[in-house]
Amino acid sequence: MGMILVAAEVVAGSPTPLTLELVTQARAIGDEVAVVVLDPGADAALPALGAHGASQAFVGRESAYREHLGQPAAHVVSSLMDRLQPSLVLFPGTQEGRDLAARVSARLRLPVVANAVDVTRDGDAFLVRTAIFGGTVDVVTRTRSRSPLVLVRPKSFTAMATGAPPPATEELPLPAEAPLGARRLESVVAPSAGPGLEEARVVVSGGRGMQEAANFEVLEHLARQLGGAVGASRAVVDAGWVPYAFQVGQTGKTVKPDVYIACGISGAMQHLVGMKGSSHIVAVNKDPDAPIFKLSDLGVVGDALKVVPALIEELRARGLP
Amino acid sequence: MKVAVFVKQIPDPTGVGRLDPATHLLVRDGVELVLDPGDANGVEAALRVVEANGGEVVAITMGGERAAEVLRKAMAMGASSAIHVADDRLRGSDALATARVLAAAATRSGCELVVAGTESTDGYTGTVPAAVAEFLGWPALTFAKALEVDSGTVRIHRQTPAGHDVVESPLPAVVTVTGAINEPRYPSLRGIMAAKSRPLELFSLDDLGIPPEEVGLAAAGQEVISAAPAPERTAGELIEDDGSAAGRIADYLAELKVI
Repeated sequence: MGMILVAAEVVAGSPTPLTLELVTQARAIGDEVAVVVLDPGADAALPALGAHGASQAFVGRESAYREHLGQPAAHVVSSLMDRLQPSLVLFPGTQEGRDLAARVSARLRLPVVANAVDVTRDGDAFLVRTAIFGGTVDVVTRTRSRSPLVLVRPKSFTAMATGAPPPATEELPLPAEAPLGARRLESVVAPSAGPGLEEARVVVSGGRGMQEAANFEVLEHLARQLGGAVGASRAVVDAGWVPYAFQVGQTGKTVKPDVYIACGISGAMQHLVGMKGSSHIVAVNKDPDAPIFKLSDLGVVGDALKVVPALIEELRARGLP
Repeated sequence: MKVAVFVKQIPDPTGVGRLDPATHLLVRDGVELVLDPGDANGVEAALRVVEANGGEVVAITMGGERAAEVLRKAMAMGASSAIHVADDRLRGSDALATARVLAAAATRSGCELVVAGTESTDGYTGTVPAAVAEFLGWPALTFAKALEVDSGTVRIHRQTPAGHDVVESPLPAVVTVTGAINEPRYPSLRGIMAAKSRPLELFSLDDLGIPPEEVGLAAAGQEVISAAPAPERTAGELIEDDGSAAGRIADYLAELKVI
């Protein structure tokens, strides 16, 4: 079946968890896995990429990849693909992955499938599963082009190391003619980033039904009692109640905790895709017809502003301060 | 300056979406069709750019006959003109073909800035604007929660998982905006009346010089082989809060050994 190319993302010298998930799956469905790593910290990431199944790494260390959005990386990845003719290219379904895959798609006139939650082999082609309408409908498409591009959602696969050695490495120069494009001038870190939202065993999320930003305090209290993290719907992030780091859903984080407690969240499609993989879902909402109840194991038709404080008291009575 | 804004007509996102069982295309008949709410943010952002810098906004869409409604809506909000790419041969086009068509329409508009929503609220692919930028050979400043244009330079606050990045580029450029960027204005009655007489140009594939065999369902890089309801989660328990709900939730958390 030939080679599968994975566009790796590196943060602070490590491949992101999503990158390792992609390499693991590529190993399962391809004969050979190559990674393209464009980051000044690429070298430190190579052992982990090898351990998860990458036998070949194409590496670029120019700071341009951090300073500029998408364009230099698209130039280099497109040239590499012309040379390698991979049977499939997997991109992380992140902001950067999307910008990169979109540009490569246009440069090479190759189709891109976004929001994949599964990718398997089917003879000479690949089957890509995507979840639409908030995960209520599963769509399976069969690729029919050379080198299809697939953007994969986080947590679609489980990363597994094999203990293989670091990959054979080839340097990729950034040609002088590569356009650089938009430039990052600075990165501003918001004072309160959502603590460990993606790893938390319990997530307490709030939506419009929380009425105002100040009411998120009770969600924080509840999350503290349960040793969990606070999340939010896009509506309240867009309204500026909490930073984007809290956002769960299509353009936010994908969470799969043991328990997801949705407070005043009606369940817009774009929210549901980010949390429907939770093992257990509890929802509190005033509207008995809210879509969130279709996914809930325990649904409470009621005002989150009354139920959550009452729950905090109840837990306090059971010994949780 | 001329600012183009991409708009899309989608089934009302508060309703339940459906796919045609035969074609696997989105069902648009008998469904209320609206301007994608993410695109309303785009129109608002584009209007604010020309309000601060002078110039005009041209709204661009690709879609069937009814898609002209969202162009009228954009003009009612304040866009000066509109371009509608309509061609039966575009039916079933994928993100790549859509980007190609929109890039050609943007070129025809003579704009130096394209504003688009980050992703559509029906398809969520999110690759069209950056692909348009690549076709045009322009930078793309994506995920903007703030946008400012000043003497030929565009600067955004790009939403990041940690906070935001300040990103800058000379024009021409493509910018995608998130819902956090603004609160879209409502069209005034006067705006609605004025929109009826504003110029709306209709383009076909031939007008744009795009070969029909490179777009539409037949050219799409993948075929849908099945679309089925996702496995349902086990039917849950639904209770009305009569004051005892908190106790029930606590019991449930105890069953799950969370507490």
